[in-house]
Amino acid sequence: MVSKETILSLLDEVYDPEIPVLSLADLGVLRGVEYVNNEWHITITPTYSGCPAMKTMEDDILLKLKDHGIQAKVHLVLSPAWTTDWLSQSGREKLKEFGIAPPEDEVDKSVLFSKPTIVPCPKCGSRETKMVSQFGSTACKAHYQCLSCLEPYDYFKCLK
Amino acid sequence: MFPTELNTCKMKNEALYNYVLRLGDDSLILGQRLGEWCGHGPILEEDIAMTNISLDLIGQAMSLLDYAGELDGQGKDHDALAFLRFENEYRNALLVEQLNGDFANTMMRQFLFDAFRKPLYEKLTASSDVQIAAIAEKSLKETRYHLKHTSEWIIRLGDGTDESHQRAQKALDLLWRYTDELFSETEQDLKLISLGIVPSMSEIKDQWSKTVMSVLEEATLVIPTNNWQFEGGRRGIHSEHFGYLLSDLQYMQRAYPNMKW
Repeated sequence: MVSKETILSLLDEVYDPEIPVLSLADLGVLRGVEYVNNEWHITITPTYSGCPAMKTMEDDILLKLKDHGIQAKVHLVLSPAWTTDWLSQSGREKLKEFGIAPPEDEVDKSVLFSKPTIVPCPKCGSRETKMVSQFGSTACKAHYQCLSCLEPYDYFKCLK
Repeated sequence: MFPTELNTCKMKNEALYNYVLRLGDDSLILGQRLGEWCGHGPILEEDIAMTNISLDLIGQAMSLLDYAGELDGQGKDHDALAFLRFENEYRNALLVEQLNGDFANTMMRQFLFDAFRKPLYEKLTASSDVQIAAIAEKSLKETRYHLKHTSEWIIRLGDGTDESHQRAQKALDLLWRYTDELFSETEQDLKLISLGIVPSMSEIKDQWSKTVMSVLEEATLVIPTNNWQFEGGRRGIHSEHFGYLLSDLQYMQRAYPNMKW
């Protein structure tokens, strides 16, 4: 029988289909790996309820394990709900390198009565940036623009 | 189990099924309506925002309808419930099936709904039913973003130009009549309330009113004095628009049963 460590290292090679630099563990979507009744059970949790990548992630996990002759089942859990706190430190760095601003530790409260969260530009590091839209290319991102280098970029928005 | 205990359990499941179905149908139908904006938004960012919100709602509908199917115990999943029911079997409130109209109308409908959903999910996170609590915990985080977005638009439109003010006021005048139904309660719900599974709607309405009043005031919009209210969706009696929405929603599964891609 393969060990849990083997499974975990195989799963390290399964990436978010939308953000291919993040493994499911980096993203904090991978919740558990257990061997019960002669079978591996992998538990994942969605980032957003309607995230269409969840099904792809599930398929990718099964495919990866099957390639190594391992039978498994994937389960989806909702609680405790995913927040950006589940994103690993290395995941945050990989995001930035990839050109996506990692979540600031503050939920954006800009609407109505206060200023938007300052999100430094992932390219030039400037703090002179503006939020273009709270909703971006995927459910988990907002759309920003750097006012110094003019780069438009995605912000992996903080969810608490 | 003793027969009486079994009976109570069955009653509870049936009541909870009906409750969860209403939540799921609200999300599904509003998600479908919002999705109609895809490719038609007034600006690209808003097109993306509305479809993002639609996606969240449809995701919530999947969780809710799956759970409804589980409570029902007849092996139905979210697809079966979404695509294979007849019009009078849907339990969504009339508000969510109303036509998109112009952008102000869509934002007003969404705002009135978000202001209702947020306090409801907040209360449901404390439900004694773990699955409801888990779905609410997940959905609440998304709903907060939706409410922020729509509140901002209501203020911007209401307190904007003469034209946008007029349109936002017209939308409020049109949609206000569908708001009471959101807070309706059935006999079965009272049982769920007494078991600590769901909150009483009067609590939710208080919070809804507070949010709605403060945003509308900021937006310089006035609540219509004519408080005539419509209801029916919760009992399966829908407006004429609903049939057209369903024919769009169900077309594939009805024309090609069990098709997948």
